Amino acid sequence: MGVELGHYALILALVLAAAQAFFGLSGPALARERWFAVARSAACGQFVFVALATAVLVNAFVQDDFSVRYVAENSNSALPLFYRVSALWGAHEGSLLLWILVLGGWTMAVVARLRYLPAPFGARVLGVLGLISFGFLLFTLCTSNPFARLLPAVPDGNDLNPVLQDFALAVHPPILYTGYVGFAVSFAFACAAMIEGRRDQLWARWMRPWTVIAWAFLAWGIALGSWWAYYELGWGGFWFWDPVENASFMPWLVGTALIHSIAVTEKRGLFKSWTLLLAVAAFSLSLLGTFLVRSGVLVSVHSFAADPRRGIFILIFLIVMIGGALGLYAWRAPGMRSQSGFEVFSREAFLLFNNLLLVIAAAVVFGGTMAPLIADTLGLGTLSVGPPYFNPSFLTPVLPLLALLAIGIHARWRRGALSDSRRPILVTLGLSLVLTAALVLGIYSHPIALTPIGAVLGCWIILSSLIEPLNRLRRGLRVPAPILGMTVAHIGVGIFVLGITFVKSNSIELDVALKVGESANVGQYSFRYEGVQDIEGPNYEGVRGTISVSRHGRPVTVLRPEKRRYWVQGSVETTAAIAAGPTRDLLAALGDDVGAGAYSLRLQYRPLIRNVWLGALIMAIGGLITVIGRRQRVSVLSASPQSLGLAPERGGGP
Amino acid sequence: MTPRRRRLYWVLAILAGVSLAGLLALRAFEQNVMFYFDPTTIAAGEVRTGQRFRLGGMVEKGSVMRTPGSLDVRFVVTDFRHSVAVHYDKVLPDLFREGAGVVAHGRLDEHGTFMADEVLAKHDEKYMPPEVARSLRQGSASNAAEAGPPVAASPVVH
Repeated sequence: MGVELGHYALILALVLAAAQAFFGLSGPALARERWFAVARSAACGQFVFVALATAVLVNAFVQDDFSVRYVAENSNSALPLFYRVSALWGAHEGSLLLWILVLGGWTMAVVARLRYLPAPFGARVLGVLGLISFGFLLFTLCTSNPFARLLPAVPDGNDLNPVLQDFALAVHPPILYTGYVGFAVSFAFACAAMIEGRRDQLWARWMRPWTVIAWAFLAWGIALGSWWAYYELGWGGFWFWDPVENASFMPWLVGTALIHSIAVTEKRGLFKSWTLLLAVAAFSLSLLGTFLVRSGVLVSVHSFAADPRRGIFILIFLIVMIGGALGLYAWRAPGMRSQSGFEVFSREAFLLFNNLLLVIAAAVVFGGTMAPLIADTLGLGTLSVGPPYFNPSFLTPVLPLLALLAIGIHARWRRGALSDSRRPILVTLGLSLVLTAALVLGIYSHPIALTPIGAVLGCWIILSSLIEPLNRLRRGLRVPAPILGMTVAHIGVGIFVLGITFVKSNSIELDVALKVGESANVGQYSFRYEGVQDIEGPNYEGVRGTISVSRHGRPVTVLRPEKRRYWVQGSVETTAAIAAGPTRDLLAALGDDVGAGAYSLRLQYRPLIRNVWLGALIMAIGGLITVIGRRQRVSVLSASPQSLGLAPERGGGP
Repeated sequence: MTPRRRRLYWVLAILAGVSLAGLLALRAFEQNVMFYFDPTTIAAGEVRTGQRFRLGGMVEKGSVMRTPGSLDVRFVVTDFRHSVAVHYDKVLPDLFREGAGVVAHGRLDEHGTFMADEVLAKHDEKYMPPEVARSLRQGSASNAAEAGPPVAASPVVH
C-alpha cells in the first residue's frame, strides 16, 4: 500500500463533493428534505477522504518516499522533520491539497453549526461549498496530482526551497488559506441567500461571524508573510507590492469593506445587494489570487507552477463561479433591495464612504497588479509596476478613509449631525496634534511631509476608538463584546498606521564595505564589524559575521548575520540578524567578501516596525472578539420560529 | 428632496469620486511605470538618457570587476547580441553571479553606462524572469548560425 491510497481517497472525495453539491442544491429546490441529510453526510465523507489523502502524503514525506515525484522534488532525507511536514505545501500540488483540506475544515465547521440555520438554507450553503470543492478536486486530479509516482525512484530528494525552510513560512500558508478559503463560506451564504431571494436580513446575521473569522485569519496570514519577507529575504522591507502579496491583500481589502457593510445590513437592513456583491467579490479575488499565484504567470518566488493548462483550468473555473454568482446577483438582487434611508452624517453614511474608499483602494491595487499581465498579453511591452505607483495611488483613498474612521466612529445610526459629536471629534483631534508634535519634534525628528499626517491619523483613530467604551465605563455600563471588539480592531488600525508612518519616514539604510575593526554609524547607533567565521548546519554550510552595535559608546547588542549555502540545491541564502525591540529594530545582513579584507554589509535602523505586525494582529483579535461575544445571542435569536420558516420574510429587522 | 433625487445625487457624487480617483491613479501610473529593456533595445537607441528602467540579461562571464575594499562593482549585462556596462554601489544579492540572469533598475548616464540603484534577487538558479528569458531566447536564436551561447540560457519558465 502506498500513496495510491491517497489518490483513491481524493477520487472518492471528488465523487462525494459532487453528491454534496447536487443534493445540497437540488434538495431544497425540489423540497426533498431527506436530501439535505445526504448533502451533510457527503460533506462529512468528503472531508474524511481529503484528510486521509493529506495524511498519506504527509506520511510519504515523513518516510522519505522518493518514488513519489512531489516528495522527491520538495524534500530530502537531511531535511528536519518539521519542514518535511510543511514541505507538503511547499509547492503547487500540495498547496492545492491544503486549499481543499482547509475548505473541508470550514465545511465541517458549517456542518457543526447547521442547527442554527433553517434546513433548506443550510443545505444550499453546503451545496455551494460542494461545488467549489468539486472544482478544486477536479483541478488537482486532472492537472496537479501530488500522488504521481517517479519511477524509478531517486535515491534522495531535491530538497525544499531553502527560503521556505523557516518557521513563519511553514505556518504562513495554512493560516493565509484559512482566511482565503473562509471567504468561500461567505460566498456560499451569499449565494444561498440569493437563490432563496430572501427579503429579510437574517442571512447577513448568519454570514457575519464567518466573514469576520475569515477576515481575521487573512490579516494574520498576510502579517506573517510580511514578517517572513522582512527577516528571511534579509533586505529589511516588509511590503514590496509584489503581485503575490497583492493577491492576498485585495481580498482582504474587499473583506474589510464586507465586514463593515454586513454590519449595516444586519443592523439596519441597508446595503443588502452591496453586501452580496462584496461577498462575491471577496471570494472571486481569493480565487483570482489562487490563479495568479498558482498559474505561474507572475514573476515571483511564489510562482511554483509553469503549466499553462492549469491556468486555463482555473480561468474556466473562475468564469463559471464568478459568472454564475454575478448572474444570480443580476437576477435576484433587485428584489432584495432595502427600503429605509439614512442621513448624511449618520453612521451608515460614513460606512458607505468606508466601503467606497476601500473598494477604490482594492481597485488601485488590482490595476497595478494586472497591468503588466494585460500589457504583456496585448504586446504593449514588458512593464513593471512598483512602489512609485502603488504608494501614492493607494494612499489617495486610504488617507481620507482613516480620517473618516476617526470622525465616523462618533456618528450614530440612522440620523446624525456633526454638531452632536463635535466635542469628542475636536478633543481627540487636539490631543492627537499635541501627541504628534511631541513625537515628531521630540523623538523622530527629520520628518517627511507625510509623517505628521500619518502620526495625527494614527493617534486620532486610537483616541477616537476609546471614547465610546470609556463613556460606557464612566456611566457604569458594561462594554458589550461587539463594541469591545470594534474598539480593539480600530486601535490595531491606529497602531498599524503609526508603525508604517515612522518606519517609512525615519528608517536608515546603509550599505557599506567594512574591514575587521571598522565601524559605520547608522543614526545614533555604531555598527562595528568584528569578522566572519565558517559555520556548518544540518543541510548547509556558510559563514557567520559578528557585528557589535553600540549607542553613545554603550554596547547595545551583537548581531550575527549568516550566509548559507545549501548543499542539495547549491543555492546561497542570506540570513539577516535582527535585534528586535518595541521602539526599533536593528538589522545587519552579510554581503560578499569584496577584497582587501573587507566585507560588504547592509545595516539598517527601523523604528516602530513591530507596530506594523502588532497592529495587524490586534485588528484580527478585535474581529475575533466580536464573534466570540455574539455567539450566544445568535443561537437564541435563530431559534425563534419565524427565522426557521422556509418562506422569505418581509420588512426590516428587529 | 425626493428619494429618487437624493439617490441621483449620491450616484453622481460616487461617480465623481471614482473618476477622480481613477484619473489620479492613471496619472500616477503613467509617471511611475517602469519599462523593461534589453541591451539590444538600448543599442538601437530607443532609451532616453536619464529615463529610469529595468535592464535584463546575463551577467557576462569574466566581466565582474570590484574595486577592492569598497562596494563599487562593475559588470557587463549581455543578451548575446549587444551588451551594456553596469555600475552598482550597494550589496549584491545572493544569486548574483557571472553567467546568470539578472534584472537591474536604474538609468543610463551620458557615457552609456547603466547606473543601477537596485539589482534584483527574486529568482533562484533554476528560475529566470520571463522577460529576461525572452531576451536571451531572441539573442540565441539570432546567434544560432554562429554557434550561439550554451543552452544554460534556456529558460525554465515557459
